[in-house]
Amino acid sequence: MDARRVSQVVPKVRQVGFVTHSDPNPPPQASRTQSVPIESNSGTPYDSPDFSPVMIPPPRHHSENLSHLRSAAVAVPESSSRRPMWDDRVAVVGSYNPGNSLLGQPVSPNSSEVNSEASTTLGWFGRNSSGKFSAGSSFPGGGFDLTTVKMENFTQLEGKKPEAVPGKGGGGGVEVNNRESSSNTLKAKTTKAERRETQEAQRAAKAAGKAQGNKPVAAAGGAGPSNILRQPSQNRDDPAVGSTIAGSDRRGGDRPPERERKKDVPPPRMQFDDQGRVNKSKKRAVFNQPEAKNRVELFRHLPQYEHGSQLTDLESKFLELDSMHPAVYKVGVQYLAGDVTGGNARCIAMLRAFQEVINDYSTPPGKTLVRDLTAKISSYVSFLIECRPLSMSMGNAIRFQKSRIAKLPLTLSETEAKAALCNDIDRFINEKIILADKVIVRHAATKVRDGDVLLTYGSSCVVEMILLYAHELGKQFRVVVVDSRPKHEGQALLRRLLAKGLSCTYTHINAVSYIMHEVTRVFLGASSVLSNGTTYSRVGTACVAMVAHAFRVPVLICCEAYKFHERVQLDSICSNELGDSNDIARVPGRPDVNSMDNRTNEKNLQFLNLMYDATPSEYVSMIITDYGMIPPTSVPVIVREYRREYLLI
Amino acid sequence: MWHRSASFILDKNQNDTVYPADSVTLTPPPPSSISTPQNPNPNLNRNMSMSAYYQTRAAHHGVVTSDWLAQSQEAATRAVVTGGQEIVDGGKSGRAFSVIDEFNNWRKQPDLAEAVAAIRALAAVIRNSEAKTMMELEIELKKASDSLKSWDTTSISLTAGCDLFMRYVTRTSALEYEDFNSARSRLIERAEKFGEISYKARKIIAMLSQDFIFDGCTILVHGFSRVVMEVLKMAAQNKKLFRVLCTEGRPDRSGLRLANELAKLDVPVKLLIDSAVAYTMDEVDMVFVGADGVVESGGIINMMGTYQIALVAHSMNKPVYVAAESYKFARLYPLDQKDMGPALRPIDFGVPIPSKVEVETSARDYTPPQYLTLLFTDLGVLTPSVVSDELIQLYL
Repeated sequence: MDARRVSQVVPKVRQVGFVTHSDPNPPPQASRTQSVPIESNSGTPYDSPDFSPVMIPPPRHHSENLSHLRSAAVAVPESSSRRPMWDDRVAVVGSYNPGNSLLGQPVSPNSSEVNSEASTTLGWFGRNSSGKFSAGSSFPGGGFDLTTVKMENFTQLEGKKPEAVPGKGGGGGVEVNNRESSSNTLKAKTTKAERRETQEAQRAAKAAGKAQGNKPVAAAGGAGPSNILRQPSQNRDDPAVGSTIAGSDRRGGDRPPERERKKDVPPPRMQFDDQGRVNKSKKRAVFNQPEAKNRVELFRHLPQYEHGSQLTDLESKFLELDSMHPAVYKVGVQYLAGDVTGGNARCIAMLRAFQEVINDYSTPPGKTLVRDLTAKISSYVSFLIECRPLSMSMGNAIRFQKSRIAKLPLTLSETEAKAALCNDIDRFINEKIILADKVIVRHAATKVRDGDVLLTYGSSCVVEMILLYAHELGKQFRVVVVDSRPKHEGQALLRRLLAKGLSCTYTHINAVSYIMHEVTRVFLGASSVLSNGTTYSRVGTACVAMVAHAFRVPVLICCEAYKFHERVQLDSICSNELGDSNDIARVPGRPDVNSMDNRTNEKNLQFLNLMYDATPSEYVSMIITDYGMIPPTSVPVIVREYRREYLLI
Repeated sequence: MWHRSASFILDKNQNDTVYPADSVTLTPPPPSSISTPQNPNPNLNRNMSMSAYYQTRAAHHGVVTSDWLAQSQEAATRAVVTGGQEIVDGGKSGRAFSVIDEFNNWRKQPDLAEAVAAIRALAAVIRNSEAKTMMELEIELKKASDSLKSWDTTSISLTAGCDLFMRYVTRTSALEYEDFNSARSRLIERAEKFGEISYKARKIIAMLSQDFIFDGCTILVHGFSRVVMEVLKMAAQNKKLFRVLCTEGRPDRSGLRLANELAKLDVPVKLLIDSAVAYTMDEVDMVFVGADGVVESGGIINMMGTYQIALVAHSMNKPVYVAAESYKFARLYPLDQKDMGPALRPIDFGVPIPSKVEVETSARDYTPPQYLTLLFTDLGVLTPSVVSDELIQLYL
């Protein structure tokens, strides 16, 4: 209902629940966003006839005609209506205003003057169109190149008089339409000191790289975030870039300093159909991965390697990799060999390895811990990516880790800093994974009733915990474990469930439509949940969820909140992982059906072994997370409200 | 007895509680016996003939007969008069004050929402408490609200009201005020104001929904809801020309009352039996329903029959609007109809039912969010998915 957010002539204050309006001094609740009653100190707003506290939506027949006006209005008056909150020093997390995050530096609280100016929308527009801030008003109709030019004007002005905040709203509006111009602005806007700092960071990173031999230092780009902005050309047709930047926009309101925000933006994902980039990255690679000869056409942008030889190759390089920490190396080998699988296990293994890295770390002379350690971790991360593409949850954990390093107070001694970082990792594992699982299990158990038949697909550790917990509670239920080739992960789950005395049915995904009619609940795990509610999970999950939806069986996704990601994905093509094609070509122990065995290199045959798929949100009835049971539409709310807290932990 | 609905019988029942002598019949289970809403004992529920929440609703919204009016008035006045007496009598477990009695007193006022009554009762707890610190008070309140909630697990707005107030109390720390007493008086003040807030919420909702009622439209209404009544009343006052189809709202036949009141406002009303909804849906432009509770998914829990109306409306592409105050938002997430604690209500079929025949006595159903178009709340006009957003902001 954008009518609620748009065309707010009156600064609209949303008030959830328990609020009186005639309150002279609202209680300074330490809560976030709009639930805080920020009320002008006038009397009850409802009493005066012309002042409605809640937006009355415009009549429907008008709304179509006004749509263009509306879109113009979104960017501009929104920020003005929010500004009073900053004065109140309330943490604003509301992320409806895309303009705030990218352009907005922490707004100085001298904006009272701005308030008076912005009090009426009309005057606001007039100001915009008349004067120097033509960038904002040119946006609704203006072409892109035009805005780019004007943006530069605008930023210069901005630099001169920082109190001219109103322009920012307009700038933000442009930014929505034209990312490249905004990145220009961003670059232009960094102050001298900041530029010097990023330069220094790059220099430090480079030096660290040299010190370590010819290792890929900033392969993942984490150390030199400005790289991202310098190379807009590689961004083309990369959906991930757009969405991730948009994601950091959305995180909005809390406006950390710009430098940190740039660090938050993850580097663009490597597109493996970009030959130049692939060659470049091959030069940096720790070990060589032979590319598959018959790559699946639609998935050329994903890494497709010959499987089998990598492990031995990596093992043979062990002694050459002297800069690699043994713990990281071990985890990498485990990833590659498939010994550590499952989102949580992989994430914990990685974090534990980083913990050892930090423990063994000592700052080289002439360097600072913050810079050098970040660079080091980045190089380890790129090694791990080579072993196996990161899951989104691991990406979140790395982001957390880096932000913790960046936020270390400079006054700490090295040992203190190391202890603090190790402690942070411990807390992350405890609070975001272990405790979160416990909470999820508690929540989910309330949805298991006597006589239920629960279906699960593959092997999710949370779902397993739920089933065991419900069994411990003495609930009488039956479990259907649905499994699929080639991994047969369900068999391990089945064995563990049977050991605890649960009554189980085991079937393959081919039979899911047959078995579904007797099922009452479907519990599924997830690798990550994206902000449009799409669940990214083991391949086959979407199929199970779809069948369950068709049979009107509720589908419950169990997923820790640290796996939520602000990206939006509509299909499972643009981001996925490809497994070994031999796995599907060959059935072990059945020579009679292995006619495909030695034909993996045949020219007109392509094997596609996808690892993940995307389940659309309409198949999902509920997502159980550590913040409770939420509908899939509320994932962005969690991402928005808790991102900050989560980075701070 | 046919024309007299079950509600009438229940009115009498209800009345009995007022007389202290008879209070045994409806004395609630002691708060110590905690039955979780997820897993209540079915036998216990069968014996307990009716959920207290629906009893009140039946009392307040049932068919208006002259004796009903007389009774409600009597109840309202007696609530004030006998208040002191009842406290003495109802002093269970040796205490001079009981939340539940207080709550029951408030509940008898026909125009008072259940949540408001709950909060008033909790305010009375604060007033009567001898706590010296905020923590003590909080613990005491927690106990009181738990006992209230467990007294009637079927009422969502009671639970939501208690939770809301507790949330407010935990957010109000004594540190922000100079001393404990000012914080305490502030809490009481808030609670007193809540009635006003709830009243205002209805006005806001009515205002918001005016833009959706256009001239010449036909509105289908199910059961009696104070908010929907307010909406229609304001539309009539704004000289909108519209027609209302009222369902009968069996078994308490609350639709009759709505039809009655609308007729008083000179709104053209047509009364339907509940099973005629699909038949008339063709000529309906929109469906307006109230809600007993709005749950986290954005769906609503409402009087029995709402779900089927929403289904029919959805299949004929008619908008379904829900009018509900934001204090009815509850952190519940039913997956299907049976996922809630049953709220039972006896049904009078007019003829004796053979003992071998089972009667479905559930009083409410759950309408999933995909069948609802918009929710009109005092927070604005929301799509169902925003409910969870608001709840997360409120409770997390």
